[in-house]
Amino acid sequence: MASSDLDARSTSTVARPTSPVATITGAPAGDDEMVCGEGSGEDGTDDCIDIEFSLNGESTSVLVNPADRLLDVLRDQLDLTGTKEGCGEGECGACTVILDHLPVNSCLVPAYQVRGRRVETVESLTDEDVAHLHASGATQCGACTPGVAMTARWIVDRPHLLSRHTLRALMAGNLCRCTGYDGIIEGIELDLTAREDAQRGSTG
Amino acid sequence: MKRREGLAKLTGRERYVDDLRPSVDGRGRALWAATVRSSVARGRIRSVRFDPAIDWDAFVVVDHRDIPGRNVVKLIADDQPVLAADRVRHVHEPILLLAHPSRSALRRAVRAVTIDIEPESPIFDVCVPPTPEQVQHGTDHPHQEPGQENVFKRLAVDKGDVDAAFAAAAHIVDGTYATGSQEHVYLEPQGVIAHIEGEGDDDVVVVSGSMQCPFYVQGALMMALDREAERVRVVQTSTGGGFGGKEEFPSGLAIHAALLALKARRPVKLIYDRGEDLEASTKRHPSWVRHRTALDADGRLLAQDIDIVMDAGAYVTLSPVVLSRGVIHAAGPYRCANVRIRGRCVLSNRVPFGAFRGFGAPQTLFACERHMDRIAHQLGLDPVSLRRVNLLRDGDSTATSQTIRDGSDRSAVIDQALAMAGWYEKRAAHRAFNATEPWLRRGIGLAVFHHGAGFTGSGEVYLDSRVAVAGLPDGRVEVLTAATEMGQGTITVFTQLAADRLGLPPEDVLIAQPDTARVPDSGPTVASRTAMIVGRLVERACDDLRDRLGLGPEASSGDAVRRAIIAWHEDYARREQSSRDETRDGGVATSAPPLLGQARYQAPPGVLWDDERYRGDAYGAFAWATYVAEVEVDLRTYSARVIDFVAVQEIGKVLNEVLARGQIQGGVVQGIGWALSESFVWRDGAMANAQLTNYVIPTSDDVPSIRVAFQENPYPHGAQGAKGIGELPMDGPGPAIANAIAAALDVDPCEIPLTPETLMDLIDPIVDDASPLCDADPALNNRPSATEGAHGGLIGS
Repeated sequence: MASSDLDARSTSTVARPTSPVATITGAPAGDDEMVCGEGSGEDGTDDCIDIEFSLNGESTSVLVNPADRLLDVLRDQLDLTGTKEGCGEGECGACTVILDHLPVNSCLVPAYQVRGRRVETVESLTDEDVAHLHASGATQCGACTPGVAMTARWIVDRPHLLSRHTLRALMAGNLCRCTGYDGIIEGIELDLTAREDAQRGSTG
Repeated sequence: MKRREGLAKLTGRERYVDDLRPSVDGRGRALWAATVRSSVARGRIRSVRFDPAIDWDAFVVVDHRDIPGRNVVKLIADDQPVLAADRVRHVHEPILLLAHPSRSALRRAVRAVTIDIEPESPIFDVCVPPTPEQVQHGTDHPHQEPGQENVFKRLAVDKGDVDAAFAAAAHIVDGTYATGSQEHVYLEPQGVIAHIEGEGDDDVVVVSGSMQCPFYVQGALMMALDREAERVRVVQTSTGGGFGGKEEFPSGLAIHAALLALKARRPVKLIYDRGEDLEASTKRHPSWVRHRTALDADGRLLAQDIDIVMDAGAYVTLSPVVLSRGVIHAAGPYRCANVRIRGRCVLSNRVPFGAFRGFGAPQTLFACERHMDRIAHQLGLDPVSLRRVNLLRDGDSTATSQTIRDGSDRSAVIDQALAMAGWYEKRAAHRAFNATEPWLRRGIGLAVFHHGAGFTGSGEVYLDSRVAVAGLPDGRVEVLTAATEMGQGTITVFTQLAADRLGLPPEDVLIAQPDTARVPDSGPTVASRTAMIVGRLVERACDDLRDRLGLGPEASSGDAVRRAIIAWHEDYARREQSSRDETRDGGVATSAPPLLGQARYQAPPGVLWDDERYRGDAYGAFAWATYVAEVEVDLRTYSARVIDFVAVQEIGKVLNEVLARGQIQGGVVQGIGWALSESFVWRDGAMANAQLTNYVIPTSDDVPSIRVAFQENPYPHGAQGAKGIGELPMDGPGPAIANAIAAALDVDPCEIPLTPETLMDLIDPIVDDASPLCDADPALNNRPSATEGAHGGLIGS
């Protein structure tokens, strides 16, 4: 029931006609004064820097303030709100994105540093990519989930890491308060096994 | 069925409150909001000064004078101000609100407000009797007795003749146990958006946000804003975890955002960052529980005498009901003819404590189950045998004299947990391991416990919950409840229940977003009541829908239901058309009244509760559980690690295996954090370690796989036989882990969290060190007799 998942919450007006919930929407901010980000610190300058980088495989250009965090630029300026802020200090991993070849906490990355680099966010994942995590119960409330899904993807793409690290150690940068981690670990294991099987199938 | 909104969450499509953008529909830009708070634990506000360097005209500023209604956050006692007017009772108490389009300007402005507060004497330790100038509650009581000062609530349970039983006892065992606070650490911090729809006397305040209980928030807004229900609308947005932390606390945020939106006439977004959330939000009540137990020569319980003190913090919040659940669970799942329980929750000038998964039961069950191990140790009995011999059997009664007759095989729960854990094999293996290993010590411990689901006593009757299921013109149905999804699986479970009941495929079942303007009040999403109680109402509303369609209860297939719904709407449209033709007034086209199946809560027959005497059927159903923890302690670092954990429970009926297992595993890991690492540094009654860097919740690498098993014994009044499970897993880990550490080190731990520092004190006690517990304090002891034989905190070590 992949596509109907989106409709799990109906907004149709049945019980009592009222104005729709849509007065708040996922539309971009329309913040007329905000030509670039306003920075996370108080003393950010008003000088904007034009940066170009690869975002989920597409070349992207955006004006940023030197004090802007990558997290804010993704969420506020590019409207990629899948990446979440859980703690703002690099502890919880909810804001994990893949920068070139490494998972990073986007709350700790100054946005200008991604100039010319490759950023992948949770929006790059398809339903098929996360099918095993879905089946295993890897998400409950969903607030840590985008970060978990990105780290999981990073591990599954690099199974050789597991020769030197345990899955639990590799996932320790992503805090989850709902699942107790078993659903997450199990989903990644399913993914790794499926990938192994696929590779065996293609080579043998 | 897989989690229905799971793919949206896993791919980042799900929108949470901070992901929503308030519109700019002619009302100007949305504003960000910030809260200016007290830096003093208790005092009188002398002045509020605004730094003239800031252009304050650019800000919306709100204080207590801007509150149109009562300056209280509506809850049990209505004692907590929305914004402090002249006095503050805790650090971080909200005093002033600011709004501005720029978040960085807002941060500067918060620091440019100086609030001058004349300090008064605060209380940070509820075990020390207050001085006269520290009394802040109960002072207007006409018959003020010593010991009543600052007590928010007192509860007493009495069964049998406790004193006579003590006189005849072969053994008497004492113990005092303490539990620390705990922060929820839902991964999505608190947040709401407020905006105003319409103008003048017809305008409507709309608050959307992360919350568990939209109707609590609506009630609080109505009181503070002095508005009718029709002019206050509350919508729950996708909620990133709650655990009780979004039960009562969002009411305050909602009022704050609404006040700013009313003054600005613009949408206002109030989102806490993690630091503010940790500092200012409610937490688990710290507790001190004293047990004095009389036993016969064989270890049978003759009498339990239990005193409970909880630190409530600066305002009442939900403390009386937290205390209530703690009191009712305090005697454990055991048979005992004579029980005396005294509980009280007491004011301090700490940030108010509030609802947290388990709601008082984890605190008192920690004491109970740790005490059972102490009894076993002192009497030379096997801890499992001691529990088995005293375990409730059908026909026995609990401390509140509730007769248990549910047909559950409670000893089978213990059997399965011990078998899965390899209890006896591991005990033998640990003896060998500990004798040869220089630095590591292993131990295994268990906890046997219960958790009552739903509101306590007559609570469900007072809630009078209602649910509706609408038949839509296209033949689908929509489930209308106020039950919120916060990760526990409400959407999925309600979909399953309605689909099963009506024979429809799951995709034909819509679950309404909880919106006070659209859904009936099915009660708050708390107390492990959603699947069991609200779910049962969903089933009954489905039955009512069938009745309205003239369909039999079982015979009709899903296709027949769908056809009947479509036919009903077609028929309705025809009748509408002909009545319009007749009247010819070209009248206003009214939207079709819904085809609704409805259900209203009915108490199961024979459930009786006496709120005066605290006696009777406290809960419709209990889930029964045995948890086993295996730990390893490193004597070099004094750190303890859980290396295996088994959780077995009888929960009536498993509605969804993956969701149920996830609830248990997540609750156990939250319990492991409470037991071992989630330690507070308090400064002036507030959390000083308000960062995830130094408030340490478990990572994936800190915990083992949590091995879960369910036993089923359908509860006739729960949805498909289910009993509530949300809170249950919070109760067992604390005592099971402490008991395992006791076994590993041959010590007698009396408090959690058992951090390395605490373990160091246990392993290498410093003789003159004051006990961390307060059993030497007279405040804990209501009766002179209870002080006799009081031990220090570390008996047996």
